[in-house]
Parts: sequence; structure tokens; C-alpha cells
Amino acid sequence: MLSLNNVEVIYNKVILVLKGMSLQVPQGKIVALLGSNGAGKSTTLKAISGLLKPDNGEVTDGSIEFMGERIHHRDAAEIVRMGIFQVMEGRRVFEHLTVEENLIAGGYTRRGLNLNRELEMVYHYFPRLKERRTQRAGYLSGGEQQMLAIGRALMAQPRLMMLDEPSLGLAPLLVAEIFHIIQRINQEQGTTLLLVEQNANLALQVADYAYIMENGRIVLEGYPNDLRQNADVREFYLGLSEVGQRKSYREVKHYKRRKRWLS
Amino acid sequence: MELFLQLTLTGLTNGAILALAALGFVLIYKASDVINFAQGEFLLIGAYLIYAMVVQFGLHWTLGMVITLLIAILLGVLIERLILRPMIGEPLISVIMVTIGLSSLLRAVVSTIWGNLPQAFPSFIPTQAVQILGAKVGADRLWAIGIAMLMLLVFNLFFSKSKEGIAMRAVADDQTAALSMGISVSHIFAWAWALAAVSAAIAGALVANIVGVGPELSNFGLRVFPVVILGGLDSIPGAIIGGIIIGLLEAYTGGYIGQGLNQVLPFIILILILMIRPYGLFGKEIIERV
Repeated sequence: MLSLNNVEVIYNKVILVLKGMSLQVPQGKIVALLGSNGAGKSTTLKAISGLLKPDNGEVTDGSIEFMGERIHHRDAAEIVRMGIFQVMEGRRVFEHLTVEENLIAGGYTRRGLNLNRELEMVYHYFPRLKERRTQRAGYLSGGEQQMLAIGRALMAQPRLMMLDEPSLGLAPLLVAEIFHIIQRINQEQGTTLLLVEQNANLALQVADYAYIMENGRIVLEGYPNDLRQNADVREFYLGLSEVGQRKSYREVKHYKRRKRWLS
Repeated sequence: MELFLQLTLTGLTNGAILALAALGFVLIYKASDVINFAQGEFLLIGAYLIYAMVVQFGLHWTLGMVITLLIAILLGVLIERLILRPMIGEPLISVIMVTIGLSSLLRAVVSTIWGNLPQAFPSFIPTQAVQILGAKVGADRLWAIGIAMLMLLVFNLFFSKSKEGIAMRAVADDQTAALSMGISVSHIFAWAWALAAVSAAIAGALVANIVGVGPELSNFGLRVFPVVILGGLDSIPGAIIGGIIIGLLEAYTGGYIGQGLNQVLPFIILILILMIRPYGLFGKEIIERV
């Protein structure tokens, strides 16, 4: 459905952030993109959704194809209308608008939208939003704001929804709840998901396939079960040592394991 | 008592016109955080356009009004396209400076076309005096209040109910996030400037009908500041109530205390408000989650 081939992104005409990034997202699946800070995960999403421009970024090489069409020179509004919707990092709800107005703004690109039915659909997934429909979004809790951000995306009925760190700054229970809903959306609405996460453990639980990114390119990919067995992934992303126990930080000091893919 | 009523009605008229002029100001600030220093010139252009339509071309005022509004929309869209779009991504202060330049430019264009002398012209809205509770007031003033109130109602509905209106507020809140849901920011800015030009043109036509046209009408742009600061820079109800409060206060001080002071009073209020409640009566407070 979506494929990136050797994509290069340069910020401010100097800083090379994506260095030949390739990735495939098949229809109807959940694909996770993992990596530490600064690996280029958010940049990848912005390159897909056409949001690089406000950050002075530009796709300089490679191609991004969605449903067989090249999209990397289209503007953001057009890409949303094609069915790609990015839920931005840090929730970014419209603070001074009510919950319901936020949702209406999410459905902005839909023509002939049956507003009440769509709103009910979102409230069906997030009953808590319904209770707070007339409240200003700025006064919601972090978890509710994340729900609102996802609900806003649902209003656009995208074919591909990209979630940028939905677990950021949320309590573990809330994170579990949100991930559960994400899975339900994938199954019930048939929405394809591209999930960017730092919480590798969580992401590997819900994903059908996962990529690991470092320094602007993919260093490892595979099915979650295989990745979980990979020694490097266990060590650096799941925080487990070779024998499957909690990591001892004393050992780390003495001997820093070298990532095999760096050699 | 009669004097009081008279002053109240005068104040309400001025207040309604001020509110309309302030509305355009609020629209632009709401959508793009830009303070538009050319708002007074929009009003000036509206006034001269209706003068041109009614007096110079001899059109009926309703038709003249429609054409004036169409030109105002065009002007707003053109300004967005030619002047503001290249400024996207520049610091806000640069954009604000550009509007100052724009105000000089527009004023110069007006005086090139119509000259610098004030022109009186026959009122096109009926002016016969109407008795209200013993006070006499021109029907045109009542019209002004009515039209202004209607416009304010329409704009308020637009912002709370229509998809474009909600999108406009969304852009004001978070441009990038709005962009991510397919809202075209430049399209929204064009809307805001066009609506601002329209509301100013209506205010201009109402003023022109009551006092005639002249270059000093652009001073309305300055008089709008106390109104929007009082009401809150980004609040439509604030623009209405701020306009009416300032209009009434001007009329009362002018009538009871003396002319002259009423010119200064709004700015005294402006300073007081800035000291006590900098975001105005209805302005948006910065929401902080703790």
C-alpha cells in the first residue's frame, strides 16, 4: 500500500536526516517503526504526510508511493484527501476548541460527511470523549487528549493512519487502553496503521511487522516474534540481557556490547 | 433624561460601527495571530467605494453595496495572495510591519483616486428622525445599529457552526496540526482577510452614510485598538461588547463632561485594561495543564 524507496530528507538544505530509508506498509496491517531519539522516525512520517515544509525539510532523493502513486511532491492537504492521516507527536489538539469542534476539524477534508454518524463512531471507541464533548480540549487530561487526537484522525476515515508515539507521557494503564483501541480500529475499520514508538515492547505486541531505525536508515526488520529473539534487540530495545533477566547496569559499565549491525 | 437617551443612541450607533471595524481586526488576529494595522484603511476604502457607486456612478445603494462588498472580498484575497503568502514562515513581527506598510499604501491609493478633501454626500439610507421615548434619532443610525448587530450575529454563527469557521479557529490554535488534517492554511488566511475587508467595508459604508467620506476615516483604525484590547483581541463577543462600551462611554463623556475628553477616554481605558486584564474581558487565556 505504502512504500518508501531509498528516501533522503535534508533539513535546511544541509542536514541529512534520512539516508536511504526504505519501508513497506501492506494494506490492513499494523507496522511498527522503532528507534531511539533522533533516529529519524518522525521525519519519516512527515516525509510521507507532506509536513516537512514548515520545518524547512525536503525529500531530495528516492520515492514515496501510496497506492501506486508517487506522493512526495504533493502538499499536505492533498495527501490527507488521498487517505493518509498523521496523528502528530505530542497530541497537538486545538486547545481552545471544544472536543466536538476538534473532531469536526478532523473531518475537514470529507465531502458529504454525515457528521452525527461519524461523531457517534468516534464516541463508540472513546466513550470518555462523549462525556466531555462540550469541554475545551485544552483542559482534558493527557490520555483524553491522545484519544481526541486519534478520534480526530478517525473522522477523516483514512486508509492509512500514522501514529507518532501515542504512548508519550501517559500512564501505563492508559497506554494499554489506547493500544487496545488502536488494535480494534485496525480490525474493525480495516485501517492500515504505521506506528512509531520508543516503547518497543508495547509496539512489538500489537504490530504485524516491525522495522528498527537508526541514524536515518533501517538497520533491522522482521516479524515481532523473530525480533524479540534477536540478541541485539533484546539488549538495546527491550532492556533484557542475554539470559533473559533484567539488565544489570554494573555490567554495562564494564563491557559495552557492540551492536552487530554497526560492524 | 432626554439627553441621556440621545447620548445612549448616539453611543450605540458609534459602538456598533466600532464593533464592526473591530470584528475584521479580530478575525485576522484569530486566524493568523497577525495584528492588522491596515484595518482603518479597509474601512476608508469601503466608504469611498460606496461613495463612488452611489454618487459618481449613480447606482442604487443596494446594488452599490453589493459591488462594494465584492470588491472588498477581492481586495482581501489579493492582499493575502500577493503580500501575506510570501511572508508565511517569517517572524510575526515582520508580518505586522508589512501591514503598517500596507496601510500607508492603501491610504495613498485612496487619495490618488479621490483626493484629500472630505466629501459630504446625500445619505442613501433614510434619515428622517424617529421618536424613541421622547428622544429624536435619525433612522439611519437605527439602521446602522441593526445592520451591525446582524453582521455580528452572522459572523458568530459562522465561527461556531460552519466547518470553515471551525477550521479557521483550528488554524489559529495550531497551524501545523491544522495542516496535518488537510486544512489549507493559506486558504483559511484568504478567508480571514476577505471577511475582514467585508466587515470593514460595511462599517465604512455606514459611517460614510452618516458623516460623509474623507481621509480622516482611517483614524477609525486607531480607535479600534481600545475596543479590541478591552474585549480581547481574539473574541468576537468581545469585539461587540467592547465596541458598545467604548461607543457609550465616548458619547456620555462628550455629552456630560465636554468634548475633547471623549477622544482621550478610550485610550485611558486601554491602558487600564492592559494593566489589569491584558487579555481583555473575553480574550483567550493561555491554557496551562498542570
